[in-house]
Amino acid sequence: MPEFLSDLLLPALVPLGLTLKVSLTATAGACFFGIGAGFALSRRNMPGREFLDALCTLPLVLPPTVIGYYLLVLFGRRGVFGVWLQETFGVSLVFTWQGAALAACVVAFPLVCKAARTAFEGVDQNLEHAARSLGACEGSVFLRVSLPLAWRGVLSGTMLALARAMGEFGATLMIAGNLPGRTQTLSLAIYDAAQAGRDNEAMFLVVLTSLVCILLLLASGKFLKLSPQT
Amino acid sequence: MALRLEIRKTLRSEAQEFELSVSFESEGRSIVLFGPSGSGKTLTLRAVAGLMAPDAGRIELDGRCLFDAERGLDVPARERGVGLMFQDYALFPHLSVAHNVGFGLGRGLLGRLDAAARARVAELLDLAGLTDLAEASPNRLSGGQRQRVALLRALARSPHALLLDEPFSALDPLLRARMRREVRTMCQALGTPTLLITHDPEDVAEFGGTVVLYDQGRVRRVEAFADGPEGGADARELVLGERFSAYG
Repeated sequence: MPEFLSDLLLPALVPLGLTLKVSLTATAGACFFGIGAGFALSRRNMPGREFLDALCTLPLVLPPTVIGYYLLVLFGRRGVFGVWLQETFGVSLVFTWQGAALAACVVAFPLVCKAARTAFEGVDQNLEHAARSLGACEGSVFLRVSLPLAWRGVLSGTMLALARAMGEFGATLMIAGNLPGRTQTLSLAIYDAAQAGRDNEAMFLVVLTSLVCILLLLASGKFLKLSPQT
Repeated sequence: MALRLEIRKTLRSEAQEFELSVSFESEGRSIVLFGPSGSGKTLTLRAVAGLMAPDAGRIELDGRCLFDAERGLDVPARERGVGLMFQDYALFPHLSVAHNVGFGLGRGLLGRLDAAARARVAELLDLAGLTDLAEASPNRLSGGQRQRVALLRALARSPHALLLDEPFSALDPLLRARMRREVRTMCQALGTPTLLITHDPEDVAEFGGTVVLYDQGRVRRVEAFADGPEGGADARELVLGERFSAYG
């Protein structure tokens, strides 16, 4: 047992911790932008709605390497945003865990956005009208009526986004690389171990990842069921 | 309530086109828009509430201009100060009865209720005999109780006028007669003028006042009677005697 601990579990804690850090940050970002975009897309008077919807869905269908390449072009050392970030905040996203989080955020974003749009469209418009006629401004209508009524759908999208962010591989590899201890998340570590023929390690990481994902799904299922009926 | 209204609105769908072009004015405390379904009554009410912008025209309530296409004026619904009671009540399913009633009294983005607002809610709930249900979810209420909650919610802000969109049509007949009276007397007690939409002659009999007859997007006739049941009987005779093209 101690041998097993020192050989497999302890080294796995680093990529596990990194994976959680990256995916939770990514999910927070995807949630913030996804709810906003989903809400905007659910408004019928939104101009160019279907075009914007297609644009928001793009990360879901594009190969992760394509997304990774776009990110590299935009946020790389010579990219528009990359230069800006470097000059303003002195940070670079290339080969950093923040870069991995950005990649995971972009691929997870459509899942929140889609779920949020559907959920907001399901909110009875009369309820929003009623709130307006009772003196609520648009921000208040959103916070007091639309979001509380749509939150289940938003939450289920968020859970999917978290799962997607945890499994992110391609785009992360492109922008953040595969640096053990710095940007090597679980999925990258598994690839690394399998490539190098470290079968025990690969198998252990695979089982660990599966367990974390199962726990996550169970927790989200329980969470959704426990919420009060609306 | 002094309501002057003159609006035009064209609605297009694939199959047909509907043109609403109406104008009327009234000084009474009760106005009833009467006509068959699809004659443009609800559209008119939504225009007054600020939920639908007409293509052209003007709406004036108690001397205050709410909409004027020529001047490009369209006061947002939240600033119009009119209460609205929906056909399906549109109670907030995620809020308790008390929070539904107090919705319009809340302050700030999140609608916090201060002590004065909570006292007002308690007073209104007491008035309607709903105190015991204050913490209940609207989903647990009967049809009549829901209607009372919707009424209190609309009246809590002391609106300049209360707009009622076929408020009694979803109730069974016995309850309907009772709620009709209850709603009218409550509005009277609180001094709130009403604009009621209906296709039920019995509603006309209860509310009386100015009766505006709608037919296929036009105002066919405007007659003023005494407010309430006193004028209501004559008003009912008027609408029963009218022949609407929708009914052949």
